Amino acid sequence: MFDIQTQLFEGQDIRFGPIDHEKDPEIESRWTHDSEFMRLMETSPARPMSAAMLRKQYEKLEKQVEEDKNLYHFMIRARADDRLIGKASVQRIEWANGNGCLQIGIGAAEDRGKGYGTQALRMLLRFAFAELNLFRVSAYVPEYNLAAIALMQKFGFVQEVCRRKALERDGRRWDLYLFGLLNDDWRDQAKG
Amino acid sequence: MKDIFTGKFVRLSAFDPEEMSKAFARWSLNSEYFRLLNSSARPMKSAKSEAKWMEEEVAEMSLASYFFSIRTLTDAKLIGELGLEVVNWSGREAFVGLGIGETEYWGRGYGTDIMNVLLRYAFTELNLKRVTLTVFEYNPRAIRSYEKVGFRHEGQVRKALNREGRRWNAVYMGILRAEWLEQNGYQTTNE
Repeated sequence: MFDIQTQLFEGQDIRFGPIDHEKDPEIESRWTHDSEFMRLMETSPARPMSAAMLRKQYEKLEKQVEEDKNLYHFMIRARADDRLIGKASVQRIEWANGNGCLQIGIGAAEDRGKGYGTQALRMLLRFAFAELNLFRVSAYVPEYNLAAIALMQKFGFVQEVCRRKALERDGRRWDLYLFGLLNDDWRDQAKG
Repeated sequence: MKDIFTGKFVRLSAFDPEEMSKAFARWSLNSEYFRLLNSSARPMKSAKSEAKWMEEEVAEMSLASYFFSIRTLTDAKLIGELGLEVVNWSGREAFVGLGIGETEYWGRGYGTDIMNVLLRYAFTELNLKRVTLTVFEYNPRAIRSYEKVGFRHEGQVRKALNREGRRWNAVYMGILRAEWLEQNGYQTTNE
């Protein structure tokens, strides 16, 4: 397991940090012009976004963090050169029930398949279970996001719900899964 | 054309914030009602405070949100609330939430009637592709009613709720347009 000196926000190759309002909008704007990234991340229609739109979105996000107290958001950066790689969050936290939703995205195609998502999910789970003390976490994954499904399964997530044919993309309908992981199962796994 | 607002016992009617905020504030004093409908804890809220979000929502006339009040056919009595939220237009999926605040109408087939009217609205007016709902494991009466109108079980969020010191699942149910049309004898030849 972890001790209190093991840093929550430091991984092997990545770290979690705050938004850089100067530099990050330009970078995320590039990601949004990659339709594959947008369709893996979001169930709402993909559309390219300008740096100005993202700047506004970041402000809204930080306002929500401040006011609603049910959202934790991290920018994922490379430890080597601090460049922005992706983003990770625990959203829609229900404190009375101890649950929340996770979302992770690795923005640039050349950064995918390098284990950054695995490291980010490991850090995010520790934050959700050992810092926020959530009882369980959920994640929505479309049927076609095979990399995300494999990642969920690696961490012991169970496919709990299948919203049949909830999405339509490329002229066919796809299921939308909800994966869940309980704190107890995560702890057992971290011990073993 | 069919009258799509009217069922056997009830009809869908306009959602008037002034009337609904008062009714909702009163219904929510019944903690059982609120806990059947919501996973969060109910803060004590005045009708005035409820009216605020209702007025904003209704004034917006959003194409993603449809709110109705439920009235009896016999005496136009307001007995419940109904909301349909299109969560994804490109997937044409909506979530539905239904509450019968007047408890003397529980267990008499009103919920089933309302849901039948709602599904007809969702599939033959909004032309959605699927309707989804979540219901709590401790609400078997609602689950039976949803099964009756054709919703299928699509899984359970394990131990999603903590109430009275124990954990309960949240149940996901869904119905597809094709399933509903077939069950209700619609010809789909010109689809």
